[in-house]
Amino acid sequence: MKFLSDKALDRLRGSGVPDLSGTRYQLRELIAHGGMGVVFAAEDEKLNRRVALKILDAAGTNAELAGRLIREAHILAQLEHPGIVPVHDVGTLPDGRVFYTMKFVEGLRLDQYLKQLDSLPQRLRLFLRICDAVAFAHARGVLHRDLKPANIMVGSFGEVLVMDWGLAKILQENPSDETVLVAMKESTSGEDTQSTVVTGHGTVMGTPGYMSPEQERGETEKIDARSDVFSLGALLKFLAAGTIQPGGEKLPRALRAICEKSMAAQPQDRYIGVSELATDVSRFIDGLPVSAYSENAFEKLGRFYQRHQIAILLITAYLVMRFLVLYFFRR
Amino acid sequence: MNKILIGLLLGALLGAIDGGTAWFTPAVRGMIVGIIFGSTIKGLIAGIAAGFFARKVKSVPLGILFGLGVGFLLALLVAIKQHGYYFEIILPGSIVGMIVGWATQRYGYAPAAAQRA
Repeated sequence: MKFLSDKALDRLRGSGVPDLSGTRYQLRELIAHGGMGVVFAAEDEKLNRRVALKILDAAGTNAELAGRLIREAHILAQLEHPGIVPVHDVGTLPDGRVFYTMKFVEGLRLDQYLKQLDSLPQRLRLFLRICDAVAFAHARGVLHRDLKPANIMVGSFGEVLVMDWGLAKILQENPSDETVLVAMKESTSGEDTQSTVVTGHGTVMGTPGYMSPEQERGETEKIDARSDVFSLGALLKFLAAGTIQPGGEKLPRALRAICEKSMAAQPQDRYIGVSELATDVSRFIDGLPVSAYSENAFEKLGRFYQRHQIAILLITAYLVMRFLVLYFFRR
Repeated sequence: MNKILIGLLLGALLGAIDGGTAWFTPAVRGMIVGIIFGSTIKGLIAGIAAGFFARKVKSVPLGILFGLGVGFLLALLVAIKQHGYYFEIILPGSIVGMIVGWATQRYGYAPAAAQRA
């Protein structure tokens, strides 16, 4: 057996290119480079398939970061859902760096894919699929905490995948672990992530606009499912209006109310969970009243007409026809 | 409720109501019972046909078009048999067909085997 010298190891680490010798993977191209880690495309030679290989950045290689990456892989492994990218393998490379491999998703990021969706119902149905995945994670006691368009991929067959669980938090875990988890952030986009440093709990990282106020303030003990509801509300606004900035495209009042309720400053004013948010969006798509908005009589009438437009037109046509027949052909 | 049953019930109901409007035509008021019965049967047949169509074809515009066709055809047959009242029978009868065609597309479930076909 041949051992690499420390110098050679340092050189390999410094280059940033992982040493995959002795593993079942062949390195292909770089997919994304984030704050603390890198994602490469690799070929799994045993199963003859392409995978995405996530590895710690050379500069961040230490036991603590390695532990975080392993933990991220373990969290993902618990979340077997069609809307969550599956983990295939976890291990350590010959150069000492920890890695894990996951499904290689061919597709577009949500913000890129959005241009292909013309109608509002199409966009809202896509949103419901994101909610499905997040609700599943919540049911398993995992919060994502970094939901944003760059972390949602839409595959070539229309499959929606929630990516980048690097900031994920396991509910009811030891609060002291929180410091470790909140710092674990990596963006696959690398372009729209801004970090905010706060409080004595640790480093909080996320994306302004998509991050809940309590998360922004670093109040990690207050973070629960409603923090993800806030991010989903921002995502909903982005999907529906094309922007999360105020004064974007004019939204229907009920939908705007859903966004506002999801993104309320106080967690207690938001939806209690993702399922409640999804139910309201689903009801909006179906032309039913939503819990976030109380309509006046005219709005109720307008919604009733929209919902039963064809039936109302046909019945009106029948009544008009009957009247005309009676009037003109009365014998 | 399956689509055929919806078509059958709605067709019969609308047919009966449609037939009942003959009461506003004094010349035929004496035959109102026969007219309501005939119109109910006509609506029932149109409803069943629209229900079968909705099981095979999932399209609201085509469903309405099919209902219009069946309603028109049945109403035409009745009008020919009556030797008159063409507009009075055909126009509302066709719209009743359209309503039933729409309703069978919008409501009710199709058996899994029919959906696969």
